[in-house]
Amino acid sequence: MIWNEAIECADRSEIEKIQLEKLKKVVAHAYENQMPYRKKMEAAGVKPEDIQTLADITKLPFVTKDDLAENYPTGMWAVDKHDIVRVHASSGTTGKPKIAGYTRNDLEMWGECVARCLAMAGADQDSVVQVAYGYGLFTGGLGAHIGAEKMGCMVIPMSSGNTQKQLMFMQDMKTNILCCTPSYALTLAEAAEHAGLKPENLHLTGGVFGAEPWTEGMRWEIEKRLGLKAHDIYGLSEIMGPGVSASCDENAGMHIQDDYFYVEVLDPDTLEPVPDGEKGELVITTIGKEGMPMIRYRTRDICYITHEPCACGRTTTRMSRVFGRTDDMLIIRGVNVFPSQVETVIARFENKLTMNYKLYVGREDNKDTFELAVELADGLAIDDIKYVEALKADIDRELRSILGIGCKIRLLNPGTLPRSEGKAKRVEDTRNL
Amino acid sequence: MFIKQVSVFLENTKGRLAEITRLLADNNVDLKAMSIAETADFGILRVIVEDPENAVAILKGKGFIASITDVVAVELNDRPGGFADVLEILAKEGINVNYVYSTIHSKKDTAMIVLKVEEPGKVIDILGANGVKLYKATEL
Ligand SMILES: [Zn+2]
Repeated sequence: MIWNEAIECADRSEIEKIQLEKLKKVVAHAYENQMPYRKKMEAAGVKPEDIQTLADITKLPFVTKDDLAENYPTGMWAVDKHDIVRVHASSGTTGKPKIAGYTRNDLEMWGECVARCLAMAGADQDSVVQVAYGYGLFTGGLGAHIGAEKMGCMVIPMSSGNTQKQLMFMQDMKTNILCCTPSYALTLAEAAEHAGLKPENLHLTGGVFGAEPWTEGMRWEIEKRLGLKAHDIYGLSEIMGPGVSASCDENAGMHIQDDYFYVEVLDPDTLEPVPDGEKGELVITTIGKEGMPMIRYRTRDICYITHEPCACGRTTTRMSRVFGRTDDMLIIRGVNVFPSQVETVIARFENKLTMNYKLYVGREDNKDTFELAVELADGLAIDDIKYVEALKADIDRELRSILGIGCKIRLLNPGTLPRSEGKAKRVEDTRNL
Repeated sequence: MFIKQVSVFLENTKGRLAEITRLLADNNVDLKAMSIAETADFGILRVIVEDPENAVAILKGKGFIASITDVVAVELNDRPGGFADVLEILAKEGINVNYVYSTIHSKKDTAMIVLKVEEPGKVIDILGANGVKLYKATEL
């Protein structure tokens, strides 16, 4: 089902007309009501009336997470506190959280965006949606919730954790749509298998997974083990929360809600736009938000976009999965390493390794140390040192070909690494540089 | 004539070995023979027990990678050269021995040696034909 065909399948020219109109409006709103941004515009010598085409957006200054830190807690809000009905927060760089305020209209918009995403995963009014994202300041839980409620689904607000209870509700309430982080989906799959449950004992048909980067390998694993079709959902609390974009059945990138978000992809060093299909930093302008509008917000997420229409019928801009964050990027012995690249390699050893892994980066004798600890797959038969040595050599070779550097590999028995109930902690960097 | 040996993967920590032996002891699993193959950062524990399927189930239940491997156990007279005789017989037939280890407790004046070979069935025939005493699982 397409939730809002009039918008999601509109001609590009129609979408661009809406975008320009709304862009002008949000720039005027920020100029009038968001003082830190007005100061940036004044410093750049740009006025709201300078925005006459979508391309004019490049005249506007950027907003970064540092602006949120400097204007903590509510300096970036653009309406009277009287009109704010909800806050969410995510961790910031300085130890103080980034706090977003939502008006009633903002929540309405959020529900609309998430409803479109849930529809992409096959949800409708008859669906039973189990929300296993954390509820609270984190946007995952209440974000998925508001969309499912808007659609008219039966929502089970489980929040994250309490895995046995999740499985009980999943069976007894016949949950068909699951919303959680991909790592928690794997935790649930593992627990289901331990309880002797097969995918056909569950009623799951679709999953909406996000809030952390994941790979095709993880997608296959989740789909196989839970017997559902896995969809990506993307968002960040500064911008709104989950629902900025999501993937349809074509699994051909995530459809962006173009009438609420104008996206650019820029070279993170030069800040110049890169062509469609080329990777760069995603920069988002919220063109429908009142409480905390964000103009040219630098997400730090690396992805690429396309404006080609999708086989599903939607014409909205599509973004690739997020390959990593510019902040997640580890620089090891001078080489850029994203944890997601390591995940891609692990996924190639489907029958021998699990997706439970952790990277340890440290420093010894002025040299970076880099270690991958990964759990072996259940059911392996290991009687031979040579078998393990050969497996380690294979993993090392694949890692070198993708990362360009080698890494010490430590294989572990299943269940050894700590399990996550939310975002998995994949990297431990003990270098004090 | 095959002996079913239990092999367990160990991250190379002393604590893990203690954990496994304690786990087996708590479940009344008696170790008839044991060896550890080690490298700098991992090891493989090999044990012979009365009920290998049960031992594997116990270990897997605790998350260990555990499996069963067929091995051959031979009895040697406790005199110099007994082991060399067996190896010579196998070498003559072109049989590769992956690893060997001896028992913890054995009958008086004899030693039990466990052999892991590529084709245990063939090895049993060869050793039997050469008069080497082979243990049955029930004799351990
Ligand atoms: Zn599509």
